[in-house]
Amino acid sequence: MKPNALLLKPSDNVVTCISPVKKGEPVVYRRGDELCSFPALEDIPYCHKAAIQNIAVGEEIIKYAQSIGVALTNLPTGSWVSHLNIRGVPRDYDSELI
Amino acid sequence: MQFMGYKRPEGRAGIRNHVLILPGCACASETCRVVASQVKGTVNVVFNTGCSDVAANTQMSQRVLVGFALNPNVYGVVIVGLGCETVPHKELREKIQRLTSKPVVSFGIQEEGGTVRTIEKAVRAARQMVAEASKQLREPCEMSDILLGIECGGSDATSGIAANPVVGELSDMLVDMGASTMMSETIEFIGGEHMLARRGATKEIHNRIINMCRDYEAHLAAAGQDCRAGQPTPGNKAGGLSTLEEKSLGCILKGGTRPVVEVLEEAERPTKQGALIMDTPGYDIASVTSMVAGGCNIVVFTTGRGTPTGHALAPVLKVTGNRETFQRMEDNMDFDASAVTMLEKDVPTVAQDLLRDVLATCSGRTTKAEAYGFSDIAVDHVCRFV
Repeated sequence: MKPNALLLKPSDNVVTCISPVKKGEPVVYRRGDELCSFPALEDIPYCHKAAIQNIAVGEEIIKYAQSIGVALTNLPTGSWVSHLNIRGVPRDYDSELI
Repeated sequence: MQFMGYKRPEGRAGIRNHVLILPGCACASETCRVVASQVKGTVNVVFNTGCSDVAANTQMSQRVLVGFALNPNVYGVVIVGLGCETVPHKELREKIQRLTSKPVVSFGIQEEGGTVRTIEKAVRAARQMVAEASKQLREPCEMSDILLGIECGGSDATSGIAANPVVGELSDMLVDMGASTMMSETIEFIGGEHMLARRGATKEIHNRIINMCRDYEAHLAAAGQDCRAGQPTPGNKAGGLSTLEEKSLGCILKGGTRPVVEVLEEAERPTKQGALIMDTPGYDIASVTSMVAGGCNIVVFTTGRGTPTGHALAPVLKVTGNRETFQRMEDNMDFDASAVTMLEKDVPTVAQDLLRDVLATCSGRTTKAEAYGFSDIAVDHVCRFV
């Protein structure tokens, strides 16, 4: 099996598909030397994200080891994660000043 | 490492030797276009401001005009004004002449008695300036003469995976060799500003980066607007970027990891060497306009969806990490970084190849946008026209 998705940081809960993945086909990504896979729950387009673990509504989506927003619905492993089911969060600039 | 460029009496060397036909206001843009079309070796820009404006916008327009004239890729300048604009051509010329010894002449359309008479004089002046410029030869120049503008536009998920990390590595290599690099697009820091701020060389720079983002959001909110309404763009979303945070975290990678030594206002000229940041909109055309006005002599532009954009004064070199885009838009793409996305090559290897292409461009190789003569410009506005 060749990877068709990229895990950018070990703590991420999504991967990015580098080719389109059809519903039921495996999403395959590398975690260190290990190859991991799970079936896609729906068609996932090229460049789009798949959840690699169950993400509950309101939980953060982690990519680049950072929060990129929160889930608007429950996103079980294999879900297509997109602008339709996650949203950004206002910044807390005060807490970032030193 | 060196490249072959054009030494200037002051400041950085140029990587091109253009004579710039510069409108002092929008009303002179067409005249400048005609002059430039008559004289090989000249370039013109189309300017959409310069009149009926509030002071802050006038200041921005003037900074861009003066910055273009001072750009090291410009040998000399022929200014054409109208006569009733906010800043008359003579005043603009004198402002430029106080800052540079390069040749600058100016004409006013009302003074000369219309465009035909102005064009006659301006063409003659441009021809003479080009003749002088053509005698100048390229000479070996130091890396410190390079000020690379780093831009992205039409991003998709591959931008943050391949093109931006490769350009970030390039930026680190250039800074280590004594060159300077400039990243911009404040809106596209938002969501990653806490990461970017950590690169600040001082506490002041750290906090300025954070406050810049806060101020940008507040500025838009004061007009009842939300920056997240336009960002990510529909193309970004189709390309797998779902939130502004996701886009920004990928965007900031193109600036590399070296300490940020100076934060500049839009179109402001830097005083320090190294990794720089300019406070500009996320709108790529306006951002490139401002960075070239700030003195960038070359621009590396990452894209996922593909874009043809170019600038009259500085070559814009397109980099994509999306293989499909590179193949579909090869006529507009200069560098294919997709081997990183496809796990075939690592970032440092591809960045070495890009460095080679950047130096070739500095020494005279044309980029695709340059070959087509593309000349996009957008002057940012802080306020509505009056």
